[in-house]
Amino acid sequence: MSVHTLTVDGVEVAVPDGASLLDAVRAAGAELPTLCHLDGLTPVGACRLCLVELEGSGKLQPACATAAGEGMAVLTQTPQLREWRRMAVELFFAEGNHVCAFCVANGNCELQDVAVTVGMDHSRFPYQYPNRRVDASHPQFAIDHHRCILCTRCVRVCDEIEGAHVWDVANRGAECSIIAGLDQPWGEVAACTSCGKCVDVCPTGAIFRKDDTTAEKEAHRERPQLLRAARDQHQWQNQ
Amino acid sequence: MASPTPLQLRCCAASGCRSAGSEALQAALLAARDQLGGAAEAVTIKPVGCLRLCGRGPLVALDRSGGDGQEPSAGSTELYAELTPEQAPALLAAATGLGDELAAQRLDPAHPFFALQKAVVLEGCGVVNPESIDDALAHGSYAQLKRVLLECTPEQVRDQVKRSGLRGRGGAGYPTGLKWDTVALQPPGPRTVVCNADEGDPGAFMDRSVLESDPHRLIEGMAIAAYAVGADQGYVYVRAEYPLAIERLRLALKQARAKGLLGAGIAGSSFNLRLEVRVGAGAYVCGEETALLASIQGQRGTPRPRPPFPAQVGLWGAPTLINNVETLASIPVILREGGDWYAAIGTEGSKGTKVFALSGAVANTGLVEVPMGTSLRTVVQTIGGGVPGADGPNGGVKAVQTGGPSGGCIPAHLLDTPVDYESLRDLGSMMGSGGLVVMGETTSMPEVARHFMRFSVNESCGKCVPCRAGTVQLAQMLDRFVERRASLADLERLEALCRMVGATSLCGLGQAAPNPVLSTLRYFRQEYQAACREPGQCEPPDACLLQEVTP
Amino acid sequence: MIAPPSAQSPPSAPSPPQAELPAQAVERTTRLIRQHRGRADALIEVLHQVQELYGYLPPGALAQVARELKLPLSRVHGVASFYHLFRLEAPTAHRCAVCLGTACFVKGGGELAARIEQRLGLRLDDAAGNGTWALEHVSCLGACGQAPVLVVDGRLEPRLPMDDPEALDRRLSALGLTAGADAADAPGGAS
Ligand SMILES: Cc1cc2nc3c(=O)[nH]c(=O)nc-3n(C[C@H](O)[C@H](O)[C@H](O)COP(=O)(O)O)c2cc1C
Ligand code: SF4
Ligand code: SF4
Ligand code: SF4
Ligand code: FES
Ligand code: FES
Ligand code: FES
Repeated sequence: MSVHTLTVDGVEVAVPDGASLLDAVRAAGAELPTLCHLDGLTPVGACRLCLVELEGSGKLQPACATAAGEGMAVLTQTPQLREWRRMAVELFFAEGNHVCAFCVANGNCELQDVAVTVGMDHSRFPYQYPNRRVDASHPQFAIDHHRCILCTRCVRVCDEIEGAHVWDVANRGAECSIIAGLDQPWGEVAACTSCGKCVDVCPTGAIFRKDDTTAEKEAHRERPQLLRAARDQHQWQNQ
Repeated sequence: MASPTPLQLRCCAASGCRSAGSEALQAALLAARDQLGGAAEAVTIKPVGCLRLCGRGPLVALDRSGGDGQEPSAGSTELYAELTPEQAPALLAAATGLGDELAAQRLDPAHPFFALQKAVVLEGCGVVNPESIDDALAHGSYAQLKRVLLECTPEQVRDQVKRSGLRGRGGAGYPTGLKWDTVALQPPGPRTVVCNADEGDPGAFMDRSVLESDPHRLIEGMAIAAYAVGADQGYVYVRAEYPLAIERLRLALKQARAKGLLGAGIAGSSFNLRLEVRVGAGAYVCGEETALLASIQGQRGTPRPRPPFPAQVGLWGAPTLINNVETLASIPVILREGGDWYAAIGTEGSKGTKVFALSGAVANTGLVEVPMGTSLRTVVQTIGGGVPGADGPNGGVKAVQTGGPSGGCIPAHLLDTPVDYESLRDLGSMMGSGGLVVMGETTSMPEVARHFMRFSVNESCGKCVPCRAGTVQLAQMLDRFVERRASLADLERLEALCRMVGATSLCGLGQAAPNPVLSTLRYFRQEYQAACREPGQCEPPDACLLQEVTP
Repeated sequence: MIAPPSAQSPPSAPSPPQAELPAQAVERTTRLIRQHRGRADALIEVLHQVQELYGYLPPGALAQVARELKLPLSRVHGVASFYHLFRLEAPTAHRCAVCLGTACFVKGGGELAARIEQRLGLRLDDAAGNGTWALEHVSCLGACGQAPVLVVDGRLEPRLPMDDPEALDRRLSALGLTAGADAADAPGGAS
């Protein structure tokens, strides 16, 4: 397999063909905030936090969804990128209702972590206070759409790993929302195997176990990758 | 008695005139012809596509010599506007030299609106019967496809297209020949051609006119493209808002299949092509090429990051050529006349002609094809006639909007700008698909900006956060300006967020959504400043109109 | 992380698809899906045809489409709700669409919409309308040369006379765009 050599903030790295820019950034020991990406799931490039600048062209590309190429020169931390990342996080907070003090994921929330990373403590944009649903119809789990950032990790894990495709995105634009079945209560969708993978991958407190109360949610975000690796290496038959 | 010279009445049957009653008019003309008795034989009545001046439909063109199949010679054609079915006998009387009741509705074919146009893509539009393949064949359709299949290698076809300098008419202006090469030179395997007929820009109706007026030209162009890149299947993705275009295209495809011009072994060669129509369902973003591919595959029309580009990884993972309707409809002429002929029209960087849909506050609304590099002033004032009832050096024009929600507003003092890709881009607008909407002096620019931002809010697919949430915030900020309760700090916030949304959005919709704001800020900044809350804060201080409003 | 909880009470999740569908329409659906050879990429075409059958996309029909195209339910609903021309609720007897595209906007499309809202006593883009009529907006129908335009029960109405309020009122009345108008008074009747 061929190898590509590129630089990340001036540091030279070599990555195998097929690696993403995010892999290259990590190989160079640099860090990038990510929200929609999760190792083991198909990248979608939706949250725009991992945007990097390609030196020369000045083009911005999502590191998670862009293949590393020979000779690329990647910048991860220009002042401009940092400012825009911060604005993106502000837009996330302004668009939903994130009352962290009451959230099951408080202290274990990737959105919170990212806010800290990009140095954002309040949104300069007016909060939209959307009126969204809470669905607690599933016997073990619940989804609170106020906390959903539409990263679609749940959609992808349930489709790509569990093969149940319970979730999808409905509507468009600011009206987008995650739905189960034909926009039905989760508990009524027969396809759900109650495997809990969507709970594990949700970066925020949007999908949670009903047993967990404030700040108790523990995430297992490595699960898709473990499962995918196991599968790719044929350590078991398909489920 | 009427002279026996053949007469031809070409009745516009495109949707502009249809909505103004052209069907009833044509029926009345047919009935009136039957009343003529012996003279009826000499009169041909045929439905044709758009006759350009859509704002004054229904239009009928009267050719005094030359029957079906012959090009009407220029001096012998008369054009009548705003006809009613009751006027059908009068029109026939005028045609047969028995009266001239309709002189007031006769248009002057030497008027710049017609005289300054150069029909290349539209050469068959208004001439051929869009529902008859025999008529299209008689006017030369498919001749280039047959010739190319017989005489040229795919490389030679691509070479002509490269020589022509043709650039994509769907908005971005990517060189068509290069794109064809990229697709053709992918590793061996299946390929697909897709025609983008989603035409979602409000104010644009060029592609619609081509589909409704001369669908065989598009099919021929697509078939040549497919041959040139080695594709054996193709799709035309048409927006559902264009029922007549869909109907005529489907009919044209059926006719072409029946004549062996599509399908297996086309025109006796070994080239096969299956073409299908796919109908959208009301989503502007599906004009974006990756969203369009998703939609053809029956999915939500959400774009994906590029690279890989569709030319590399497209429909079902195969290399896919995506071109706009006008781009593909230019191909048959380019092959007939040669790439060099085409390249001689237009400017250094933008070759050929461009079709514009001229609308808004302008006297003559309709379809205009002019060489690239024609000045906006020529198009808007000379051809378009300026704002009705207004005069002055700029004919009452305040600005011209080009490029739809991705473009910008060009102020009247820059009307001498030549229309080409680079000039428009340098002015902070873009060519876009070709909608030109003229705005009169009473138009409020922050309101125009909000109009487009609301459009983007409505049409955002919702996948990426800058566009999904950012456009909502931008529209709310613009509300403050429209409602005159903004502050200078809002102006800064507005510009900062515009830059962020433009730079970080996933696809062209979000990336271009701030353009109407940025361009109106560039040329009409005082209107934004005048809307700030505290009069003292305005720059210049006297710019604030608030003083006049508050008692 | 700072936002206070929403003041309104959250809407509850919708109930599952229950309503019975006419057997004939169900059969038609099966047949047309077969015509597309059950291909998943025909989903949008199938939804267009199913909508023609029912006038909208009832949940039961979506479930049938999902089953017969072998697609997940959420995928079908996701697609159906993405595209603005698909209706997920039963339509009102009459529908009017006002174009708010740029050319129509410049020619007074906004005032036209306001005028019709007022006449019919309904809100733009409220699918329920006034019970008989619903008014929605579209963004350009490619008839910009005739701006401003309306679509009334599928018919394009060009060149509304915005500079002549009386002529406008006559035109709108002739189109049946009058509050409390009996469905049968409207052009084309309630068929
Ligand atoms: C939001 C958006 C909408 C677009 N809409 C159209 C459209 O309606 N018609 C079109 O031909 N191209 C449209 N495009 C451009 C296409 O993505 C693509 O560039 C074009 O079809 C390529 O054809 P061309 O090279 O012949 O121009 C759109 C792009 C974006 C980002
Ligand atoms: S619990 Fe498992 S099957 Fe159920 S929705 Fe979540 S991921 Fe899908
Ligand atoms: S529910 Fe969680 S995992 Fe799913 S889209 Fe929302 S935030 Fe992402
Ligand atoms: S920019 Fe807008 S339309 Fe494009 S992917 Fe992002 S949300 Fe969708
Ligand atoms: S992590 Fe790359 S775009 Fe979200
Ligand atoms: S539609 Fe008849 S002239 Fe354009
Ligand atoms: S803007 Fe209304 S039809 Fe084009």
